[in-house]
Amino acid sequence: MTAKANTERRDPAVPAIELKGISKSFGPVQANKDISIRVMPGTIHGIIGENGAGKSTLMSILYGFYRADKGEIFINGQKTEIPDSQAAIAAGIGMVFQHFKLVENFTVLENIILGAEDGGLLGPSLSKARKSLIELEKEYGLKVDPDAVIEEIGVGKQQRVEILKALYRQAEILILDEPTGVLTPAEADQLFRILGRLREEGKTIILITHKLREIMEITDTVSVMRRGEMTATVKTSETNPEQLAELMVGRKVLLRVDKQPAKVGKPILEIENLRVIDETGVERVKGIDLTVRAGEILGIAGVAGNGQSELLEVLGGMRPATGTIRINGQPLILEGTGSDGQSRRAQGIAHVPEDRQREGLIMDFHAWENVAFGYHHDAKYQANGLFMNNAALRADTEAKMKKFDVRPPDPWLAAKNFSGGNQQKIVVAREIERNPDLLLVGQPTRGVDIGAIEFIHNEIVALRDEGKAILLVSVELDEIFSLADRIAVMFDGQIMGERMPDATDEKELGLLMAGVAGEAA
Amino acid sequence: MDFLTIIQVLDSTIRLSTPLLLACLAGLFSERAGIFDIGLEGKMLAAAFFSAAIAAVTGSVWLGLLAGTVASLVLSGLHGLASITFRGNQLISGVAINFLAAGMTVLVAQDWFQQGGRTPSLIGGGRFSPLTLPFAEALRDVPLLGPIYYELISGHSILVYVAFLCVPATWWVLYRTRFGLRLRAVGENPAAVDTAGVSVVGMRYAAVAICGLLCGIAGAYLATALQAGFVKDMTAGRGYIALAALIFAKWRPWQSMGACLLFGLLQAVALRYQNIQLGDFVIPVQVMDALPYILTVVILAGFVGKAIPPRAGGEPYVKER
Amino acid sequence: MDVMPKWAEVILVPLISLVLAAILSAVVILGIGEDPIAAVEIMVNGALGSTYGWGYTLYYATNFIFTGLAVAVAFHARMFNIGGEGQGMLGGLGVALVCLYVPWPHWTIALVAACAGAALFGAAWAAIPAYLQAKRGSHIVITTIMFNFIAAAVLNYVLVNLMRPAGSMDPATERFPAAVHLPTLHELLLPLGINFSKSAPANVTLLVAVLACVAVWALIWRTRLGFGLRAYGHSETGALYAGISPVRIIMISMLISGGLAGLMAVNSTMGEAERLVLNATEGAGFIGIAVALMGRSHPFGVFLAAILFGFLYQGGAELALWTKIPRELIVVIQALVILFTGALDNMVRMPLERLFLRMRKG
Repeated sequence: MTAKANTERRDPAVPAIELKGISKSFGPVQANKDISIRVMPGTIHGIIGENGAGKSTLMSILYGFYRADKGEIFINGQKTEIPDSQAAIAAGIGMVFQHFKLVENFTVLENIILGAEDGGLLGPSLSKARKSLIELEKEYGLKVDPDAVIEEIGVGKQQRVEILKALYRQAEILILDEPTGVLTPAEADQLFRILGRLREEGKTIILITHKLREIMEITDTVSVMRRGEMTATVKTSETNPEQLAELMVGRKVLLRVDKQPAKVGKPILEIENLRVIDETGVERVKGIDLTVRAGEILGIAGVAGNGQSELLEVLGGMRPATGTIRINGQPLILEGTGSDGQSRRAQGIAHVPEDRQREGLIMDFHAWENVAFGYHHDAKYQANGLFMNNAALRADTEAKMKKFDVRPPDPWLAAKNFSGGNQQKIVVAREIERNPDLLLVGQPTRGVDIGAIEFIHNEIVALRDEGKAILLVSVELDEIFSLADRIAVMFDGQIMGERMPDATDEKELGLLMAGVAGEAA
Repeated sequence: MDFLTIIQVLDSTIRLSTPLLLACLAGLFSERAGIFDIGLEGKMLAAAFFSAAIAAVTGSVWLGLLAGTVASLVLSGLHGLASITFRGNQLISGVAINFLAAGMTVLVAQDWFQQGGRTPSLIGGGRFSPLTLPFAEALRDVPLLGPIYYELISGHSILVYVAFLCVPATWWVLYRTRFGLRLRAVGENPAAVDTAGVSVVGMRYAAVAICGLLCGIAGAYLATALQAGFVKDMTAGRGYIALAALIFAKWRPWQSMGACLLFGLLQAVALRYQNIQLGDFVIPVQVMDALPYILTVVILAGFVGKAIPPRAGGEPYVKER
Repeated sequence: MDVMPKWAEVILVPLISLVLAAILSAVVILGIGEDPIAAVEIMVNGALGSTYGWGYTLYYATNFIFTGLAVAVAFHARMFNIGGEGQGMLGGLGVALVCLYVPWPHWTIALVAACAGAALFGAAWAAIPAYLQAKRGSHIVITTIMFNFIAAAVLNYVLVNLMRPAGSMDPATERFPAAVHLPTLHELLLPLGINFSKSAPANVTLLVAVLACVAVWALIWRTRLGFGLRAYGHSETGALYAGISPVRIIMISMLISGGLAGLMAVNSTMGEAERLVLNATEGAGFIGIAVALMGRSHPFGVFLAAILFGFLYQGGAELALWTKIPRELIVVIQALVILFTGALDNMVRMPLERLFLRMRKG
């Protein structure tokens, strides 16, 4: 199979891609089980499924990033071996990964030619790429500065570079893995317009997502994956979100959390003029004011990277800041001694961090050690002045596992051996069971299956109903809508405005998330 | 200090900088590709021994150079096997290579020559002889520039000139060629290289091989040009100093040369002023011995500030989870 | 899921690595024209065939327990301390100062004081690289290596210019007073009716080393500090989240590590030489790396690996005596052990994992 084959006129009845019986295991985990799929040329084909359903693995196999254990791949009707990405590129396939594969300190141009250079010297390659970049810009409206350094441009632009990389390599088939996760709704719309244009030009597009809305909006056909298997392929026009959700999860799903109106009490958390400057000297939080009261969930909406993470990290004692933060009227120390996570815990703050694998858990520790993680100085976990009481700790772990339905309920299992949902349950159990005055929650359901999502959402609401204050940060607008009693939108380190969930909609929040200030902001 | 003394110290600086520079550039290729290498020391040592041994046996310094380079390349291959193919800890692999070289060189030296872990002294064609550059003799008596040209620039072995020519060559390869682009990319984000259809493993092995080649020349220079034969542990921490120079230079070629010249100067001064008393104040010989190492620490602690190593450095590339 | 059962992880993997290292060592011995089987016989006889041999084996093992523990403790906090050699040298200085300049009434008190001195000096020598790592981000591997060279120069200066007795040409201190003589295994075991070799240097410090193993085990797995140390070693961001101070962990782990490395001098300087000499560490600091890797950073593993290396060291000395195999063979074996148990770990592990996976599936 050569690149030339792609330029021949295709028969519209022959699938652009056909996968037959693809299986793939990572160690003992089977990520793809005997998957077959046909993608017709000139269409946008959606692949939807929960986190961990095996969508990304399947597409990584098609792109030669992983090798399938079993199965066959046909491109335009011809059986094709794809042992590496080189072969995929030669077969006319391009892929935009969820985590971009760009060299951060290279320029746009250098990233585009990497691996597709002409000859041993860089000079001619660079000028050729510069020329074709101008053509591609004209053709598809994909504008980027070729000499900008990747780490200095926004994620939306970086994604364009990824698309341009694929087009520069003359891709006829473009795979996009969760492309809107880092985009504002407006940017996502723009991306979909570009994808539509690519479809008009006859390109074939595979869109991997877990967002039903995107599937309904842009795809022609949709395939549903569940637990490594392909459960259905249907025409988008002949289905609806409820049916897709049921196919994804395997049972009927409640899309909204059932909750009583909030009984709001006195202010627990008061933030005034908070500023955060990061290690590289960039101001990430630019003087924000916020209040969270007892018995309410304040949801912070916003596109990732607009200062929400830094806000959580300051409150959790992971990062210095300036300004004033009071909890129950007592000021928090924001820099130096007394500003660490231990001090925060002592002041009644519990923290479910955004990244459980890198922060909330030690993946190689046993479950029982993780239950003490952050609280290993607690008196109840000590045997005496010298040693910890590991037996008490294990008993405590068993109790928490039972209460939060962690599976398997084995305190000796290492954290890395639990599924994403059960890992998150361990973190949530640990933090909620502290009975904190203020609970910080970052992306509580990222990479968590729907069953665990319901459980975790209900636990958070239950804590609210006990009269605790909760600060929720999430990039999922659906989650914000279903949990928050009040919504604040962050953009570029500032609060763009606060809204009540029943007095706003996705469109208005989307504008705020993109930095377009509303009238009341 | 008179003019001639200064010239002599600087002349010795150049000679002492040469092995540091070669090792430093060797490390640069490896680390820019994301493979940390604290085994520069061991590779140099192995090359020093095998070059001296083969030169002593055959009487040909060129065969010696070849043998030394091959020995260094073998150790490079081992480092590649451990850190690229088997995704092991690169620091530990480097440590192992240093010990392997330290032990094997003495073991083999004792077996071949029975001289307590040395090689016989090299004479004649067994050593690299100084090259006299054109017009050096004629210009010798020109004031100021004459001695500089004759003493300082001319009269080094060919490997010295090779080492210093490697600096612009490295710059050119790194920033002006496809190979250099891919090499730098693989040290920053190997996944980007992989998804662009270029073999990460291939690039990294290539980088490690260049590292071995340059370390081989460095070691051969030590035993067959700077000195006349191999003695036990003759690298004396030069591999580590080269690493410090590399960090000091923030992994850039021209700056590497500057850093190596600085460390070379330090060694030259230490060598010259071993037992010299400065007025009433005596600098103990041990202070001069320790000075390069102390300076390395000072530089690592203070002046480097934010030396950001290649982002994927030290981490094996694992594609599958 | 873990692919391999725990026993395979803990026993099988190191054992296979060890066998590979042994095979290659045999090849090396063959290469220099000697018989590996005869060599092993000489080593076993020389190191384990008599109480004299055992006395040396255990003496070396005592050194290696300390330096192995030193590396292991640092490993748990993901610090790679290659400075055991220098820290051991400075530990020797601490021991010498304690033994020479204080009139001790009894060896027991002297032993406690010497341990304190050794640990203090070793820890102090580790403190500077630790501080530079914690506060300035200077790579601890390179700074500790540099500190080995600097330690050698310091010791050289102290011995040649300051502590050398007048008239002596030897760069060493004078002999320690008889009151600080540590009982050897011969003296300790005689009351029990066991006649252990009189001339072997193994001494009461062996018991201190065993105690150190227990103490390190308790520290790592039973205390809050150990919890924080291991957490930091596994995940720096995780430690930050949990409020575990990286600076504190780096400093404390390296101070403990340096102190343990320093303690080896109690054995070598006070127990054996009874005076401070140049190069008293004899590379034990480096062997600690191999010992810690082989022992999987677990105190019990370190203990076993230290005995093995004690055997290799004593056996190697016997080899050098009776054959034309130089002592550097030990350095080669040490390198091979580090290579196979450390760097090439996956070479052994990956095929084993595949094997266990296949067995499980069926």
